Amino acid sequence: MAVYEDWSTERAAQVISENRHLEGATMPILHALQETFGFVPDPAVPMIAESLNLSRAEVYGVLTFYHDFRREAPGRHVVKLCAAEACQSVGGKALAQYAEEKLGVDMGSTSPDGRVTLEPIYCLGLCACAPSALVDGQLVGRLDRDAIDEIADCFANGKSFGDA
Amino acid sequence: MKSPRIFVPNDATAVACGADRVARKLEAGLLARGITADITRNGSRGLFWLEPLIEVETERGRVGYGPVKPSDVEDLLHAGILHGADHPLCVGVVEEIPYLKKQTRLTFARIGIIDPLSLTDYKAHGGYRGLERAITLGPAATVEEVVESGLRGRGGAGFPTGIKWRTVAATPADQRYIVCNADEGDSGTFADRLIMEADPFCLIEGMTIAGLAVGATKGYVYSRSEYPLAFVVMEKAIEKAREAGLLGDNILGSGLTFDMEMRMGAGAYVCGEETALLESLEGKRGLVRAKPPLPAHKGLFQKPTVINNLVSLATVPGILDKGGKYYRDFGMGRSRGTMPIQIAGNIKFGGLFETAFGIPLGELVYDIGGGTASGRPVKAVQAGGPLGAYLPTHQFDTPFDYEAFTAKDALIGHGGLVVFDDTADLADMAKFAMEFCAHESCGKCTPCRIGSTRGVETIDKVIAGEKREQNLALLTDLCHTMKLGSLCALGGFTPYPVLSALNHFPEDFGVAPKLPAAAE
Repeated sequence: MAVYEDWSTERAAQVISENRHLEGATMPILHALQETFGFVPDPAVPMIAESLNLSRAEVYGVLTFYHDFRREAPGRHVVKLCAAEACQSVGGKALAQYAEEKLGVDMGSTSPDGRVTLEPIYCLGLCACAPSALVDGQLVGRLDRDAIDEIADCFANGKSFGDA
Repeated sequence: MKSPRIFVPNDATAVACGADRVARKLEAGLLARGITADITRNGSRGLFWLEPLIEVETERGRVGYGPVKPSDVEDLLHAGILHGADHPLCVGVVEEIPYLKKQTRLTFARIGIIDPLSLTDYKAHGGYRGLERAITLGPAATVEEVVESGLRGRGGAGFPTGIKWRTVAATPADQRYIVCNADEGDSGTFADRLIMEADPFCLIEGMTIAGLAVGATKGYVYSRSEYPLAFVVMEKAIEKAREAGLLGDNILGSGLTFDMEMRMGAGAYVCGEETALLESLEGKRGLVRAKPPLPAHKGLFQKPTVINNLVSLATVPGILDKGGKYYRDFGMGRSRGTMPIQIAGNIKFGGLFETAFGIPLGELVYDIGGGTASGRPVKAVQAGGPLGAYLPTHQFDTPFDYEAFTAKDALIGHGGLVVFDDTADLADMAKFAMEFCAHESCGKCTPCRIGSTRGVETIDKVIAGEKREQNLALLTDLCHTMKLGSLCALGGFTPYPVLSALNHFPEDFGVAPKLPAAAE
């Protein structure tokens, strides 16, 4: 379970200045902000724009183009289930349905209590031990119903899953 | 007595299957027995059905045990695996496993054998001999060596790597770049990931040679957020190479300057397309550029840029070490050398199989891969990722070769094979291909942006049986438009999975199969 910092303008300015010297710094800055705060809060957009001498529209465009970047805080736990072909070939779709039921959240959304975010991901490169998932940053291969039960139990009991 | 050497893999597949827990159990078990052993984390051999695969160094060679669960460790130690003892999980001497023995490992020669972050191991297994020879040869002869090898882009397009380098070297500029395309987004592929996690110095050496050959001093590796471990390993390896004077100024005392950086994508499949990748590296939306100008003329920040797939770059050190001719003697027709074929999906023995071009598809699926994991009959194989065709079993005699696949309206792409059993619904998969294209389209060109969404709707109507004949005609026409009118391979190749599914499995779309011509 990832723990993020609360938004602070000073902290954001620091993150931006640490990365602004890079060539094509927009993406590294967005990644660094998301790593710090769990998402990229709206007030960060004009700050990035000013720092890199870009328009706000340009930064907003980049932020919204890429699937990874969030503009809202994710759930306390994040489960990304691989939805690509190799995982589909071994029952990934049915497993995704099961995960929705077990975790009580629809694919692509966060549960109302903020406990868990469930998202599709397109290929973790674990295609020879599919189906696979990324659970709170941890790779899981040979995923089955038992593993999903275990994940759901951990979350329900406020515990971390696996090695974390 | 020498302390025994044990290997526990740490590539993403092994870790996802519990290798870290196995390693911890092993450490605890050895400690409890008062045994000092050297546990090396060794990438992976790419025999993924056996992961986690523990190996123990013995007089016979490295003896393997797998797949090991954390709960097996005590039992294994009790059985005496430190002496290579027999056990139900024992797979014998790893090098003798037929899956490995049948391969021709040129690019992947070191994976799973060495500690990925040990420069000593890397050099002991032939590392940096390629760069040393390139320094002796000089830039022009280095380029010609790569041309001679016949190496073609392993990302899928198959463009001759040496010709690309020649173009960049000949384009006047104050700054040139080497960009490694490690945005391996195709389902069923993991070759790039495996190099980064199991033999990162090989990529660093390959990029350094490319820098020397074309006169570039800066390189970028554009990888993926879906590959968190690979990113960490690469960053550590780059740091180690810098400390050892293998990146930076005056590399190996030759006066050569080259340095490189890792960059991470953010979940956009289209950034695997080279011009979208360059836009993304520049900090912009991943929009595809119209070509020309080619990246070799105007690439990253409008400077001449070598942008190569990771496997292409990782193949270069071997080519420089052993010579272009040595490499080109493998393969068939215009497909020279070896290809890391990635066997995945519903398959019994999934993993990486590097072999010379020309091996028939059926041999890969049945003889090497052992058929489906489910034990049911194979229905189709999708070759080359989400933009690749579905091949039915009657095309399994097709040799693995760029041109032979093209002749069957298919592509080898980055070398991924995803196997499906007879429960797969190919109309569903065709619809998924269009959905994926709609999800990932950069939006720059109309055939891809709008065509993909209309494609989903039209396939839905066909499946529902709504004006089936008319809608099938419309779908075929739409595919034609996307194929010819799209700016890049995303929109241009999505018709491959759609049309191959429709042509080979019409019954899944509710259409009676065409009778063979002889029946008339």
